[in-house]
Amino acid sequence: MTQNGKPQWEGPSEYPYGFRDPEEYLYRAQPGLHREVVEEISYRKGEPDWMRKLRLEAFDHFLGRPMPAWGGDLADLNFDEITFYIRPSDRTQVSWDEVPETIKRTFDRLGIPEAERKLLAGVGAQYESEMVYHNIQQSLEKKGVLFLSSDDGLKKYPDIYREYFGTVVPHTDNKFAALNTAFWSGGSFVYVPAGVHVDLPLQAYFRLNAQGVGQFERTLIIVDEGASVHYVEGCTAPMYTRDSLHSGVIEIIVRRGARMRYTTIQNWSTNVYNLVTQRALVGEGGVMEWVDSNLGSRLTMKYPACILQGKGAHGEILSMAFAGRGQHQDAGGKMIHLAPGTSSKITSKSISKAGGRSSYRGLVKVLPGATGSKSNVVCDALLLDSDARTDTYPTIRTEAEQVEIGHEATVSKIGQEQLFYLRSRGLTEEEAVTMVVSGFIEPLVKELPMEYAIEMNRLIQMQMSGSVG
Amino acid sequence: MASLLEIQDLHVNIGEKPLLNGVSLAIRQGEVHALMGPNGTGKSTLAYALMGHPGYAVTSGKILLDGTDVLGLSTDERSRMGLFLAFQYPVAIPGVSVANFLRTAINARRRALDPQDKGIPVPEFRKMLKAKLEMLQIPVEFAGRYLNDGFSGGEKKRIEVLQLAVLLPKFAVLDETDSGLDIDALRIVASGVDAISGPDLGVLVITHYQRILNYIKPQFVHVMFDGRIVESGGADLALRLEEQGYDWIRQKYAAAGTAKA
Repeated sequence: MTQNGKPQWEGPSEYPYGFRDPEEYLYRAQPGLHREVVEEISYRKGEPDWMRKLRLEAFDHFLGRPMPAWGGDLADLNFDEITFYIRPSDRTQVSWDEVPETIKRTFDRLGIPEAERKLLAGVGAQYESEMVYHNIQQSLEKKGVLFLSSDDGLKKYPDIYREYFGTVVPHTDNKFAALNTAFWSGGSFVYVPAGVHVDLPLQAYFRLNAQGVGQFERTLIIVDEGASVHYVEGCTAPMYTRDSLHSGVIEIIVRRGARMRYTTIQNWSTNVYNLVTQRALVGEGGVMEWVDSNLGSRLTMKYPACILQGKGAHGEILSMAFAGRGQHQDAGGKMIHLAPGTSSKITSKSISKAGGRSSYRGLVKVLPGATGSKSNVVCDALLLDSDARTDTYPTIRTEAEQVEIGHEATVSKIGQEQLFYLRSRGLTEEEAVTMVVSGFIEPLVKELPMEYAIEMNRLIQMQMSGSVG
Repeated sequence: MASLLEIQDLHVNIGEKPLLNGVSLAIRQGEVHALMGPNGTGKSTLAYALMGHPGYAVTSGKILLDGTDVLGLSTDERSRMGLFLAFQYPVAIPGVSVANFLRTAINARRRALDPQDKGIPVPEFRKMLKAKLEMLQIPVEFAGRYLNDGFSGGEKKRIEVLQLAVLLPKFAVLDETDSGLDIDALRIVASGVDAISGPDLGVLVITHYQRILNYIKPQFVHVMFDGRIVESGGADLALRLEEQGYDWIRQKYAAAGTAKA
């Protein structure tokens, strides 16, 4: 994607997270797909034997499975050039002071964990393959809320891991779920006991620093009966000439009457392939909400899913994508209705400019027995110029009685009359375009906690700056 | 000294089609002019051309604001210099609240004067906006609604006048601000304009009807026909048009237009 070995930023004119640290690590695996690396990861982590076996099984499954022929273009993704495991420090710290200096400086520059002190219930920070920091407010810890790195989760709660790991997203689900299961490292383990409400968000921050690295975090979240929690993740990386790969797997279990919101603000640099599987099982009367914003990456393929398996369960996906030059955002969502009276809603908003492409890809499936279920899908695409592209791939399958399904899709070009109107009030062309775009994504932004809403508006302004004449 | 807006022998096309065939008009700050005439004679074209709509090509003539030709300037530069157009059909900007929009517009002006400007302080903005909303009898909830999104015709026109009241330009063109209003809405909107107007504002009221002029009293009335101003006079000209309609204009000037075509 880049020439002359010079890093290029082809999306927004300015990407403030593009700085890089020296690559000094405790351990760095040889690049490429090797069975020994899988063994090595498991050995270094001191994992139980079942996990080692599962990794190897997933590795074989990955090798035997063809690349997906749909979605984005993966032809340039060269696994031989990817380093699948990099260990930046020897363990996950609970005290910020103990985090290695370089990493600490990086996260300080990114505003972590300053934010924690103000408005978060807990913070995790992952650097390359490992969580370098994980901490939670003591009051929540006392109530039995667990917020750990996945590695520590597996060590301390092996029974929970044995019971739930890979049950929501099995390694046979898709090629990249298999890849993640083989090489997984880092990610969060969250458990919220029955009836406990975590009022402030838990945040995880993901940072790729090295060139040509793969990050395969694995997150497991269990929200017990009647409990509620909001989890927020953010992602950034420096620009390199060699592409990096981020391929996480997120498994969520929302028990009866529980409520979970998972918010992503993905702002990878435009040399990162972002191929993520996120799925939630939702019990009776439970509510799962995915708020998914994809601004960065070279290619994102990401379709958060809800499996509505309990009566009256509700799933919601709010998806926002911004595709600039050289970017393809293939995003959307899946809703699988298994039980009677379940309901779902997908709202997708995409913005494309300067040859960028955004696609909505969605599936709503209502299985026999899910009588009286409802689903509504609304996709709005905004094109900022004539080189930009948008596509919609909606699939709806209904095999149950008395089902109400709605689907609406609109594509709009930014209107000359809108711009003339705003400019007639003194806004420059850039300010006018930014205003129309901010208004377009307002329904999503207003769902974000205030600090993130401000951050999102800032990111959008950054995406828009220098975008016109 | 009062500012002066001069339109000199303005010719405007859309594509190949000529819409204005030499319009000349001078408005001083503090004056109220009415521009009347049948449909499709070029009144709105003049309004758009003044603001620099990209679809309208000025083929010759000048628009001078205190001697500076604004034709080379962009729409937003013209706005920041003090020109304002109250649209006949205001456009909706979904997701952008009236308050947010107005604050951005004020700040765009402030920044143009001083690139270091931090923007209008929020308390000052709120206080000012509340006063203007009250003056125009607009419920305060409107500040939080998305600009023109789902507004009735009358609501849109009131928000246009609100923008005029907030941005305080030197010259305002009201493009059929009276159309689509019932008699009560007309009274509120027109008295609002009347309250704003004064020695610092020059107004050009574009209308078909005399009734808005009962509230906004013009010193000068012009009649447009076939892309030209064919008659100019005082307030009595508007009354004559109200009584006699436009037929005498058509009869008097149609021949000339046809002859030219």
